[in-house]
Amino acid sequence: MGSILVFLTALLVVAIWWLSRQGVMAKPWLEQGVAADFPVPDNLSSAAARTGLAVFLAVVGSLFALFLSAYALRMQLPDWRDVPLPGILWLNTGMLALSSVALQGARKAARDGEDDALKLGLLAAGVTALAFLSGQLLAWRQLTAEGYFLASNSANAFFYVLTGLHGLHLLGGLIALARTIVKAWRGGTTPEGLRLSVGLCATYWHFMLFVWLVLLSVLAGWAADVIDICRQILS
Amino acid sequence: MVDVPLGHVGPAHTADVEDVELYHPHSWVTKYVFSQDAKVIAIQYSLTALTVGLIALVLSWLMRLQLGFPGVFTFIDANAYYQFITMHGMMMVVYVLTALFLGGFGNYLIPLMVGARDMVFPYVNMLSFWVYLLAVLILVASFFAPGGPTGAGWTLYPPQAILSGTPGGQDWGIILMLVSLMVFIIGFTMGGLNYVVTVLQARARGMTLMRMPLTVWGIFTASFMALLAFPALFVGAVMMLFDRALGTSFFMPAIVEMGQALDRSGGSPLLFQHLFWFFGHPEVYIVALPAFGIVSDLISTHARRNIFGYRMMVWALLAIGALSFIVWAHHMYVSGMNPYFGFFFATTTLIIAIPTAIKVYNWILTLWRGNIHLNVPMLFALAFIVTFLNGGLTGLFLGNVVVDVPLSDTMFVVAHFHMVMGVAPILVIFGAIYHWYPKVTGRMLNDTLGKLHFWVTFLGAYAIFFPMHYLGLMGIPRRYYEMGEMTFVPPSTHTLNAFITIAALVVGAAQLVFVFNLFWSLRHGRASGGNPWRATTLEWQTPETPPPHGNWGKDLPVVYRWAYDYSVPGAAEDYIPQNQPGAHPATGMSHG
Amino acid sequence: MAVALILVLVALGSVIFHLVSPWWWTPIASNWSYIDTTIVITFWITGAVFVAIVLFMAYCVYRFRHQPGRQAHYEPESKRLELWLTVVTGIGVAAMLAPGLLVWRQFITVPEDATDIEIFGQQWQWAFRLPGPDGKLGITDARLISPDNPLGLSRDDPNAQDDVIIEGGELRLPVDRPVKALLRSADVIHNFYVPEMRAKMDLVPGQVTYIWFTPTRTGTFEILCAELCGVGHPQMRGTVVVQDQKDYQAWLEEQMSRSFARLAPAAQ
Repeated sequence: MGSILVFLTALLVVAIWWLSRQGVMAKPWLEQGVAADFPVPDNLSSAAARTGLAVFLAVVGSLFALFLSAYALRMQLPDWRDVPLPGILWLNTGMLALSSVALQGARKAARDGEDDALKLGLLAAGVTALAFLSGQLLAWRQLTAEGYFLASNSANAFFYVLTGLHGLHLLGGLIALARTIVKAWRGGTTPEGLRLSVGLCATYWHFMLFVWLVLLSVLAGWAADVIDICRQILS
Repeated sequence: MVDVPLGHVGPAHTADVEDVELYHPHSWVTKYVFSQDAKVIAIQYSLTALTVGLIALVLSWLMRLQLGFPGVFTFIDANAYYQFITMHGMMMVVYVLTALFLGGFGNYLIPLMVGARDMVFPYVNMLSFWVYLLAVLILVASFFAPGGPTGAGWTLYPPQAILSGTPGGQDWGIILMLVSLMVFIIGFTMGGLNYVVTVLQARARGMTLMRMPLTVWGIFTASFMALLAFPALFVGAVMMLFDRALGTSFFMPAIVEMGQALDRSGGSPLLFQHLFWFFGHPEVYIVALPAFGIVSDLISTHARRNIFGYRMMVWALLAIGALSFIVWAHHMYVSGMNPYFGFFFATTTLIIAIPTAIKVYNWILTLWRGNIHLNVPMLFALAFIVTFLNGGLTGLFLGNVVVDVPLSDTMFVVAHFHMVMGVAPILVIFGAIYHWYPKVTGRMLNDTLGKLHFWVTFLGAYAIFFPMHYLGLMGIPRRYYEMGEMTFVPPSTHTLNAFITIAALVVGAAQLVFVFNLFWSLRHGRASGGNPWRATTLEWQTPETPPPHGNWGKDLPVVYRWAYDYSVPGAAEDYIPQNQPGAHPATGMSHG
Repeated sequence: MAVALILVLVALGSVIFHLVSPWWWTPIASNWSYIDTTIVITFWITGAVFVAIVLFMAYCVYRFRHQPGRQAHYEPESKRLELWLTVVTGIGVAAMLAPGLLVWRQFITVPEDATDIEIFGQQWQWAFRLPGPDGKLGITDARLISPDNPLGLSRDDPNAQDDVIIEGGELRLPVDRPVKALLRSADVIHNFYVPEMRAKMDLVPGQVTYIWFTPTRTGTFEILCAELCGVGHPQMRGTVVVQDQKDYQAWLEEQMSRSFARLAPAAQ
C-alpha cells in the first residue's frame, strides 16, 4: 500500500501548510470585526473552478495511486509474468507530450490575447490527444494478437485496466477540451472565461501526462526497483 | 500562530464577495425535480436516504426474527438471511448514513452556515443526486434479479463473494452490487467536490475557517476524506467485477470450488481486504465526523454555552481524519496478513482514541456550568454521548490486537459497530432533524411525540446492543444464520437473543412515530419563526424561513464573530448572531 | 431531574448487568489466559471511564439544568485542563496497549517444541493432517485436489507419504503439548475457532496461515468457522478432543492406517 500512503502524505503536507496559512491556530473568540485581512477571492467562479480541479485531481491521483498499490502487492505473487510493452507506446507517449505542449502554448496565447495561436494550440492538443488514444487502442490490439489476453495473467489484466482507466480519463478531458474549442470559435465568452477554460484544460492535461509517465515506468518495470526498496523497508 | 487582526468593527459593504452565479428556475420541474438549489437537493437526498433506511430497517427485523426465533419463520432460509444481512449493511453504511450526512445535511447546511447563496457547482450538484438515485435503483434492482441480491456480507470478501456457495455470487447479485457502488462513488465525487470547494471558496465576508461552526468542519473534513477513500472501494470493485465477469485473477488464487478446480490462479484475497478496509475504515469516520460536528452545535446551542475548547475540537477533527487512513488493518488482525503489521496498526488505532476522547471531554465540559435546556435535540445529543462513549470504548477492546483474536468475527464486533456507527450517529440524525426542521419548514416538530420517540429509541437501542456484546464474549460468531448446537454457551442465550429481537421490533415501531411526526408537523406544527432556538449560526439569520432560493435576499451576510457567542457576559441577550456587528467587552479570555 | 436519573440508571445498570449476567466466556482450555487477563484489564479501565463520564454527565444535567435567571459560564477553552485530560487519556491507552502488544508478541512466536499439524477447510467441512512418524508435513497444491486426494498432497514428496489424513471433522490433540496449527483452505476464506482455546485465524486460499496454542485440559471442544464462507457457514463445525498422552498415543496408532500412502496409492 506504499504508493497511496506516499500520495496521501504529500497531500497531508499540502493541507497542513494551507491550513496554517488560514489561521487554524487562531483563537476566534478573541476577534470581532470583519477580519479585513481575510483573503476573499476576487473572482469566485474562477477560484472555485481552479480549486475544484485541484480537488478533483487529488481524487484521480488517489485512484491511480491505489491501483498502483494493488499492482505492487499483486506483482509479488508467483504467477506474475511481465507484459512486454508494445513499441507503439513510446510513440503514444510522444503524442501525449506534444498535446501537453500544445495546450501550454494555448494557455500562453490566451493570456497574451493571441487568438490564432490559441485556436491552433487547442486544435493541435485535440488532434494529438486523439492520436494518443488511437495509439493506445492499437497497442491493445497488438497485445491480444500476440496472445496476451486480459484473463490469462494478472500482469496483462493490470496493463489493460491501467491504460484503459487512463484513457477514459483522457476521454473525459477531451470532452472538456471540445467545449473549450467551441467557446474559442464561437466567441461570446469573456476573455477571462476563455482563459480559465484553457487554463483548466492545460492543468488537467499536464496531470494526465504525469500519471501516464508514472504508469509507463511501472509497467516497464523501472519502478519495480523502487517497489522492492519499499517492500524491504516494510517487511 | 496567526491571529486574524481586528478589522473594521462595523457594518461592511456586503457586495464585495461575488455571488455564485445562480440558476433561476422557471418551471415546476426545474424548481422541484431537476433543481440546482442545494436545499432542494438536500431534501431529495434526505428523503431517498430515509426511504432506503426504512427498507434496511425492515431487513433488520427479518434478520432478528430469524436469530431470536430460529426455525419459526421458515420463509427466512439461509440464502435469504445472508442476502438480508448484506443488503442491510451496505444500505445503511453507504446509501443511508453517508448520503444523509453529506448529501442531505451537507447540501442544506453548508451554504447557509458559511453565508453562501448555494454550492459552487450547482449543475454538478444536481447531477450528483440523480446519479445517487441511479445507484440506489441499481442496488434495489438486485432484489428482483435472478438469484436475488448478493449474500456475501457487506464486506464482499472474495473468493466467496463471486462463487456459487454464496447467493448472487455466480449470478447478477454481486454484479449489480459492484456496479451500484461504482455509480454511487462517481455521484458522490460530484457532490463532494461541491461541499469541499464551497467551504474553501464561497464563505461570506468575515467567515474565516475558525469562525465556521463545527457542523461545517465535520462535514467538510468528512467530505475530503471520502473523496480520497472512496477510490479504494472503486478499485476493489473494478477488480472484483473483472474477476467475476471477465475471468481475471486479481483476487482469485488456485482453488477448488465444490470439487471443481477453477481456471484461476495466483490472485490474493488479502489484496481485496487491504483495498476494502483502506476505504472501510475512513468510511466509518466519514459517518462519525459530521455527527461529531453536529452534536457540538446541538449541545452548545441548547446549553447556551460556547463549545468548550473549539480549537481542540477542530484540530481533533482534522487529526482523526488524517489518522483514520493509517488504521485500516485493525480489521485484518486475524486475516492471515503479516503478523508484524499487528503491532503497527494496534498502536495507531489506540492513538486515534486520544483525539476522540478529547472531543467527548469537551462535549461534557460544555454542559458543565451551562444553562441546559432539555429539549428534544439536546436529549438526542446527550444520548449520543452515552452511546458513542460505550461504542468507542468497546472499540478499544477490538483495536488491541491480541484482545481482538477471540473477539473478532463474533457478535461483540456486531454490537460494537452498531453502537458506535448505528445507534450514535442515528441519534444525532434525529436530533439534527428536530433541531433544523423549523428552519427547513417554518414549523416545529411535535414535542410530545418527539420525547416519546426519543426515549424508546435511546433506551431501546441501548437494550438491543449492550447485551449483544456478551453474546460475542461467549464466543458466538457473527453471520450465523442459526446458532445450532453450541455446548459452550448456557441455554439462557436463546432467551437473550429473543429479548434482543423484541427490543429491536419495539424500537423499529417507534420510528413510525417519527415518520408520522415529520409529515403531521408539516401541516399542524407550531409556527417557529426564523430562530426558535435563539442560535448564533448564520443559517438561523436568514431573512425568510424557509430560506428562499439564493438564501439571503439581496445582501449576503457579513460575519463579525465566531459561531459560539452564547451567554457572553455583559451582552443584552444570551446569544449574539454571527452577523451582528459591534464588539462586546473582550472577556473571551482563555485560561492557561 | 428525570433525565439525570435515567443516565445514572443506564450507567449503573450496565455495570450490574456485567456483574450478574450468566453470559460470560467459557472457561479457557489453552495457555492463552493472558488474553483473558488483558480483556479483564480493559474492562476495568473502560468500565471506570464509562461510569465516571456518564455519572458526571448526569450531574451536569441536573445541576446546570435551565432555571429562570441561570446564565451559562463563558469560557472558550482551558489549555491546561485539556492538556491534563489528554495526558491522562494517553496513559490509560498505553496501559491497555502495552500488555496487549506483549501478549501479541507471544502469540506470533511459535515455541521450538511445537508439533506441526494441518487444519484444512473447505466449503463446509474440516479435515486434518498430522505429520506422521517423520514429523514433517508434505507439500501440497490446490491443483492436486481430487476425489482420492482430497487434501491435494503431492505424491512426489516423500514427506507426504506418512502424513495422516483425518476427515470427518474430529481432531485429537494431546494435553499440555504446544501445537502449531497450519491453516489451509481449498476454496474460500474460513476461520478456525475453538472458543475454549481463544486463538483463531483465517484460512486463506493460496497461502498457509498459522496459530499456536497448548491445550491445558482434557475435554471435547467445538470448532466453529468464524469467517463467512457461503450459505453453509454456520454448519461448518468440528470437534477437538484433548486427551491424556497415553490415550492420544493409542488413538494415533490406530490412525496410521490412514496415511496418505495407504489411502491414495500412487496411481500410475
